[in-house]
Amino acid sequence: MQFSEQWLRTWVNPALNSDELAHLLTMAGLEVEENEAAAPAFNDVFVAEVLSIAKHPDADRLNVCQVNVGEAEPLTIVCGAPNVAPGLKVPCARIGANLPGDFKIKRAKVRGVESFGMLCSGDELGIPDGVDGLLILPADAPVGTPLRDYLQLDDRLLTLKLTPNRTDCLSIKGIAREVAALVACEQTSVAVSEAAVSTDVTRAVVLGDAAACPRYAGRVIRGVNARAATPMWMKQRLERSGVRSISALVDVTNYVLLEQGQPMHAFDNAKLSGAITARMAQAGEKIVLLNDKELALDADMLVIADAQKPVALAGIMGGAQTAVDDDTTEIFLESAFFAPNVIAGKSRRIGFGSDSSYRFERGVDFTATRVALERATQLVLDICGGEAGPVVEQIAELPARPAVSLRLARVARVLGVDLPRERIIAILESLGLGVADQGEVLAVTPPSFRFDIEIEEDLIEEIARVYGYDNIPVAPSAARLAMLPQPGNLRGKPLLKNLLVARDYFEAINYAFVEERWENELAGNDKPVRLINPIASQWNVMRSSLIGGLVNALKANQNRRQDRVRLFELARVFQGTTADTQPEKLAALAWGGRHAEQWGAGKDAVDFFDIKADVEALLAPRTAEYRRASHPALHPGRSAEVWLDGRSIGVLGELHPRWVQSYELGSAPVLFELEADALLNVARIEAKPHAKFQPVRRDLALLVDESATVASLLAAFSGLKNPLVTGIEIFDVYRGKGLPEGKKSLAFKVLMQDTAKTLTDEEVEPVIASLIQIAEQHGAQLRV
Amino acid sequence: MVANVNQLLEEGLAALNAAADGQELENAKARYIGKEGAITALLKQLGSLPPEEKKTFGATVNQAKQAFEAALHARREALAALRLAQQLAAEALDITLPGRAASTGGLHPVTLVQQRIESLFRSIGFDVADGPEIENDFHNFEALNIPKNHPARAMQDTFYVESDGEPLVLRTHTSPIQVRYMLNNEPPIKIVAPGRVFRVDSDATHSPMFHQMEGLWVEEGVSFADLKSVIVDFLRRFFERDDLQVRFRPSFFPFTEPSAEIDVLGARGWLEVGGCGMVHPNVLRNVNIDPEKYTGFAFGIGLDRFAMLYYGVNDLRLFFENDQSFLQQFR
Repeated sequence: MQFSEQWLRTWVNPALNSDELAHLLTMAGLEVEENEAAAPAFNDVFVAEVLSIAKHPDADRLNVCQVNVGEAEPLTIVCGAPNVAPGLKVPCARIGANLPGDFKIKRAKVRGVESFGMLCSGDELGIPDGVDGLLILPADAPVGTPLRDYLQLDDRLLTLKLTPNRTDCLSIKGIAREVAALVACEQTSVAVSEAAVSTDVTRAVVLGDAAACPRYAGRVIRGVNARAATPMWMKQRLERSGVRSISALVDVTNYVLLEQGQPMHAFDNAKLSGAITARMAQAGEKIVLLNDKELALDADMLVIADAQKPVALAGIMGGAQTAVDDDTTEIFLESAFFAPNVIAGKSRRIGFGSDSSYRFERGVDFTATRVALERATQLVLDICGGEAGPVVEQIAELPARPAVSLRLARVARVLGVDLPRERIIAILESLGLGVADQGEVLAVTPPSFRFDIEIEEDLIEEIARVYGYDNIPVAPSAARLAMLPQPGNLRGKPLLKNLLVARDYFEAINYAFVEERWENELAGNDKPVRLINPIASQWNVMRSSLIGGLVNALKANQNRRQDRVRLFELARVFQGTTADTQPEKLAALAWGGRHAEQWGAGKDAVDFFDIKADVEALLAPRTAEYRRASHPALHPGRSAEVWLDGRSIGVLGELHPRWVQSYELGSAPVLFELEADALLNVARIEAKPHAKFQPVRRDLALLVDESATVASLLAAFSGLKNPLVTGIEIFDVYRGKGLPEGKKSLAFKVLMQDTAKTLTDEEVEPVIASLIQIAEQHGAQLRV
Repeated sequence: MVANVNQLLEEGLAALNAAADGQELENAKARYIGKEGAITALLKQLGSLPPEEKKTFGATVNQAKQAFEAALHARREALAALRLAQQLAAEALDITLPGRAASTGGLHPVTLVQQRIESLFRSIGFDVADGPEIENDFHNFEALNIPKNHPARAMQDTFYVESDGEPLVLRTHTSPIQVRYMLNNEPPIKIVAPGRVFRVDSDATHSPMFHQMEGLWVEEGVSFADLKSVIVDFLRRFFERDDLQVRFRPSFFPFTEPSAEIDVLGARGWLEVGGCGMVHPNVLRNVNIDPEKYTGFAFGIGLDRFAMLYYGVNDLRLFFENDQSFLQQFR
């Protein structure tokens, strides 16, 4: 809510400057978002009257004016404004004046005629009024008065960012009440007296749904002049609150809303027929509102209706058909209380709201209905004239304000500071809460304007707020010492991430929602979890795989001329919508050189086995089984499924050439995706007996068919189950010269060791012979 | 004769010094003290000299031989040292060439900041908790005392997920992790909960997916004073400024009361860095914790925002573009 500081100060005027006032409000929870001057700085500008004008002898567009600035002698001023005319009241900058934009007024000759000042436009003074030419002041503006005083330009516009619970501060009256409580100073309120009733014309009021509208007051005012001008002070206060002046009658209702916090509505009484009823809308009813929008009404919408039709959407907006206009001569003024839960949500449903709905859906003081109506009556009579009829009012059951118990001990427990009871009582009373002292417990009754005080914590918050959060001590906390568990079989995610960082990958963070195409093509998922309201139509599903995001990031990096891309991501994927179908995965993608281009490294592209080494490092000390697999994203001959402890935990391989082409990647990236869970859970290490005797190494070079796999031979060797064999590893693969067509040579290193003694040839040779035999049974041939 | 010996020695020493390598040195050695060498020849002559002369001359020649041998040894060492020096010079590398091949990657700046904050809170006994990102109404809203008609539940703010059963959302904050943790654990509860969160918002300063870290301490006797103390301590340690000014400004959240915004004083005035408050008794009741016995505080901060402040990154969108040239800075 934006308001004029000067206006507030007519209600409450604490000994604080503007910044201090803003700080006070902010630190009480009414955040001052903006605090800006109503007008830029300037001086020596006065209200002046143009006495006469004469054409400039040497310039068609200039006039030489005689201007009264409140001194004995008028000033001669040359003026080029198109709207200058004798008798007008306008601002006059005298010699020596400084105008916004560092513009100094000096004595000057304009085309040979001496000029002793300048008549000003709104733009020149930094207070734009949309008029081409001079700023025209009201005819009764007192000549010679400094313009800043006359227009009250030394004002500031404060904008409050109110939290939804503080509906009571959506008016000058409410803010003034709060300030008075915070600084314990006097609050002056505008006296509202009952208007003299000079006609007996009334319109009947019916509460058609007493729960939705428990209070409705209205009165007829006849003989109003709808064309009367809104007084400058009112216009100014409205504008400084961000409300455009429309017509005197509408301005009065808006003014009372801003001042009293009570939304008002003025109907053209001549356009109403019969009694006014506040009731729920009926099936098929429609209304055209003030913003010219036609609305089909729902059965849960509260309307104000006359004998024939709905005439307003209660608490939100009046109808166009019964609106006041320039020809209006009699009005029906409405001041009512509508239940917040009946108004809430409706403006969102219809797509627009109003200052009125904003207040009603949060709660309006249900005891101020009548005061606001009298205030509006008073203003209408003052500005537009007329005769007021008696108030017709219906009241049903208004909201209750049951007392809330406040235990003094609880205040200390929650806030951590022991406040004296007198202080607590004084704070509550300053906010208008009723306090019945019952010893260690206070019975506190919230006022009608507060809709946010129902439980003890609400009161504790009020106490803390007024006492000042700053005044609550900051002392080091004391807590029970208890260590956090450190399960030995769980590795932290940072460890996995650091391992990949050490292996030359950068961490990526992709959106969790992806293009459906990626899910279909790269994850083989034709039933992805869908978003009802995606941020953009192409990002409409949740990912079940991290591969799409990494491929997309690769493409983005290629577009930025990166020639080598290595990214990983550890994130949740969505196989379903329940908590246990949102596991975390770890995926990585490498594209470009095995190493960054450099003097000391070759230019080989990264390949399957580079990425396999990364997977092996992540799994170490465990070794997985790599099975040929068909994964929609991957090259069928250059991909593998990773099996660990009897289950598949992910895949690795080259991107399928089909996607390399359709995603325009140039060449294939290599990637893996694994279940994070399988990488994080590892058995705690148990050391083996340490062998002190030298190991024996024997090498076996075996000639096998090209189609034979290393894994099948190793599996066969492990069938030997000889405890002396501590390891068999492949260390070379050879193809080509000296070997028959279709064959390759695999070189294995066999390590043997005994924990009790050094092995002799007699012990080693039979084992090697057995291994050779096994190899031969599997179609291998010993190379000699 | 003695004069001849001295002259011979001088010549011999000169020959040693003149030797440029091992071979020349060995040749010089042979010429003077080898079997046929000049000094050896003088020693051979001794037998034919009279006893008087034999003694004095013998001493002179032996001295000359010893002097020659000492010089020979010194020259050998010198030549060896020279050879080594030459070899080392020849083997010298351009040590300014970069190290071979292997390079390293880096963690995402948001992760770095998350890990930094996690370790600060671990140091005072807070555990790290986690939870699902697709949530139901109960965990994301209802348990947190967010009423049915609250604007946060609107489709323009919250992502909804297609569902056959109850309405499901992408969690709009990390608070549902609190709810799940409190449902499954008894007080005392001290956790931080980092994670991805989602809101229907996308512009220069908002990303539809971003990161939050939530903190929660529920125990008997935890007060607003404890909240202030932990938050102030955290912010000063995080930003490494013991004199960092922190203020708590009254605010409103459905799940805490009293509630506060957390501001820190920066070069350009107060800057909002998070929200906090005492856990609302309704929230405690919703997770079966007795609010009469236990009190607690909760706070929430934006990890992306903290990363921006910590590293001086001025555009949030950089965090989600995965541009390697941006990421390369963080290692």
